[in-house]
Amino acid sequence: MRGAKSAKWVAMAAVVALGATACGGGSGDGDSGDSKAAVDPKGIFSVDVGEPQNPLQPANAKESNGSKVIKAVFSQLVDFDEKGEVVMENAESVETEDSKLWTVKLKDGWTFHNGEAVTAKSYVDSWNWSANIKNNQTNSYWFSDIKGFEDVHPEKGDPKSDTMSGLKVVDEKTFTIELSSPIPYFQYKLGYDVWSPLPSGFFKDPEAYGEKPVGNGAYEFVKWEHKKQIELKTYADYKGEDKPKNGGVIFKNYTTVEAGYQDLLSNNLDIIRQIGPKDLPKRKTDLGERAVDQDYNAIQSIVPAFYTKQWKDIDPKVLQGLSMAIDRDTITKTVLNNTREPATSFVAKGVAGFQEGVAGDILTYDAAKAKKLIEEGGGVPGNKIFIQFNADGGHKEWVEAVCNSIRKATGVDCAGDSKPDFQTDLDARDAKEVKSMYRGGWVQDYPLNVNFLRDLYGSKADGNTSGFADKEIDGLFKKGDNAADLDGAIKAYQEAEKAMFEKMPAIPLWYYKTNFGYSTNVKNVKFNTEGDPILHDIEVLKK
Amino acid sequence: MGRYVARRLLQMIPVFIGTTLLIFLMMYALPGDPVRALYGEQSVDVSQIAAIKAEYGLDKPLWQQYINYLTGLPQGDFGTQIASRRPVAEVIGEAFPVTIRLTILAFVFTVLVGVSMGIVSGMRAGRKTDTSVLVITLALISVPSFVLGFLFQWLFAMQFGWVTPTVQDSMNVGQLLLPAIVLASLSLAYVARLTRTSIAENLRADYMRTAVAKGLPRRRIISMHLMRNSMIPVVTFLGIDIGSLMTGAIITEGIFNVQGIGNLVYLALSRREGATVVGIVTVMVLIYLFVNLLVDLLYAVLDPRIRYV
Repeated sequence: MRGAKSAKWVAMAAVVALGATACGGGSGDGDSGDSKAAVDPKGIFSVDVGEPQNPLQPANAKESNGSKVIKAVFSQLVDFDEKGEVVMENAESVETEDSKLWTVKLKDGWTFHNGEAVTAKSYVDSWNWSANIKNNQTNSYWFSDIKGFEDVHPEKGDPKSDTMSGLKVVDEKTFTIELSSPIPYFQYKLGYDVWSPLPSGFFKDPEAYGEKPVGNGAYEFVKWEHKKQIELKTYADYKGEDKPKNGGVIFKNYTTVEAGYQDLLSNNLDIIRQIGPKDLPKRKTDLGERAVDQDYNAIQSIVPAFYTKQWKDIDPKVLQGLSMAIDRDTITKTVLNNTREPATSFVAKGVAGFQEGVAGDILTYDAAKAKKLIEEGGGVPGNKIFIQFNADGGHKEWVEAVCNSIRKATGVDCAGDSKPDFQTDLDARDAKEVKSMYRGGWVQDYPLNVNFLRDLYGSKADGNTSGFADKEIDGLFKKGDNAADLDGAIKAYQEAEKAMFEKMPAIPLWYYKTNFGYSTNVKNVKFNTEGDPILHDIEVLKK
Repeated sequence: MGRYVARRLLQMIPVFIGTTLLIFLMMYALPGDPVRALYGEQSVDVSQIAAIKAEYGLDKPLWQQYINYLTGLPQGDFGTQIASRRPVAEVIGEAFPVTIRLTILAFVFTVLVGVSMGIVSGMRAGRKTDTSVLVITLALISVPSFVLGFLFQWLFAMQFGWVTPTVQDSMNVGQLLLPAIVLASLSLAYVARLTRTSIAENLRADYMRTAVAKGLPRRRIISMHLMRNSMIPVVTFLGIDIGSLMTGAIITEGIFNVQGIGNLVYLALSRREGATVVGIVTVMVLIYLFVNLLVDLLYAVLDPRIRYV
């Protein structure tokens, strides 16, 4: 979720410069950044990050730009490694016996950037404040698993209480979280930025702290020049493992990705998080090894609207057939310029619980079998499908390619149903007015298969806008939620995923990739599977 | 004259109310909901959305929202942005100085270069200079501004290294020069064509012959008699053009990374931030009305036959 997709794609058209870097026409001759030049541990580099849409309060950073800042300024209790496994960060331990009562112990010596100690109270107060409906935090529902959430966040009317009864401070460094029902994978949720601690000053003036956040993370907030840039410097007293190897970072706001790319070519910008469609085909010639494609835990699917006449009582075989009629390999290589990778399951690759080959041949192109399956399933009602997409997101090309592929392989007619922008697209989905199928995207909230299954296809899930409801699948999800421990939950959800290919709640298309690039000023630039640069590892070269 | 201006100023009030109401209604009619949009494709929290809407008065009927908006305006309250929770006046206040700088630069460039090109080719109508100006202006009119933008960026930044490819500081006039030239190029071509036609035509006018017959020096004939009369259509065009230079810069702003009004309106529209869009349009309407008044008054200065009572 790092950001509502709207923000990510629309707002990716945003940025400014003013470099800490020198001006002048740089060369784009494809030098590798890993040259022999010495590293400057105090060096500052720049990343293209647009103007955050919301105040910089941890539970308010729903879109990608703001959440970049929050993640640099705050450290969470836990973090994840490359395989999607939980590692401790600010927490010494996060333990439970019954998956319902969780005990958190904090590490010693951590302080906020203003010198205040990070205590159990910093966390509990922060969560109580963020969950309170009166404070209008867009991510407030993240605390809904905690007992007493309804008291601070009622469906209607004023909150009954300022605190959730499930949160208890035991001592300076220990607190407990009681959930309203057991969740064996709750520690995964704790990695998201909404769970940040807050210093005591925050609650007296949340607005001022939203303009200039004070956190416990590796980077200290310096200043925010609106619509231009956000400056962060390395926090000298940072106690975490991921101590920065640089002096700080500047998030520059660009009006378009193309403008950002031009600045990257001339070394006025050091890292571009996503190269724009116009420059993708030439990124390798311009940047050489400095143009990198990195796996990203996000998936794109086409989703049948199950509330329509067309798909209401459809035989899943038809959907399996349509899935096999899509030549994912060719489309990702040609139309999409290798910026995506064909999906092999409902779950993204870098996520705990991902299973290789779970789909059988359902996600593999096979025109003959596709045709056969559709016939066996009784054919597509009306023999024509529409794929709804938003015209402002660069989807038109691949929707047309997918349609061509389906038409050629099966003879089922297929056309795009273009909505002018993302807002209109969402509006039609919310109002359940999609006439056939729609484009769906999902970026991980936390790197666990549960997030790609239950939160999208559970019949009561908020992310389920297609009207898919299946008792068997719901039952399998429930089994996972009732599992004794994390491993049990992951396994149960893996079973559920297998069953899902018999029901086809959606047709997975491909996984996203982050196509980033960097200048000759920096080296050791890597991105994580959330699509974010790993800031603390980046090294700035001496000039 | 004074009464005329007063009447024009009074006429602005209904125009102003009418335009704000229209934009207000249009924003309301667009599909999509700015608060719902904060949640994007992810899980939606209905009760929190309702709470946020209540805080901004978005749950009230449309007429009441409009009246609230209108009553806030005289106190300088343009409303609050839903996502950023910053006052709209502050957000517009950041973008306007940038746009004004860019517009003034582009405008000055248009007037200086456009009018002089027009005069030169008008005076030599039908000759080589005229033909070459015709070719240049035709080229400028037919090349879309983004092509010119990318071309200049490639040429002056990538090849010559004279400037950075994008504007590093949107308030820096020197850096805004390149985008201003790109922005001005289309208007410049129109201004040159208009001036040329007007001059070429007026050269044959009776009053010109009289002026020559009176034995006035050539310089005085051109500057006082020919120019003044030929400028009327050009001034009309320039008046309208200021508005389009201010709001129409979105493509140029995008290429050169200028944080101006065009980009602000675009983002606000795509996020359905009604108050921001209405606020910007309101300011633009005001500017437009004043510039038009100024143009009308200029007519009287240019042509003594025009009198306002």
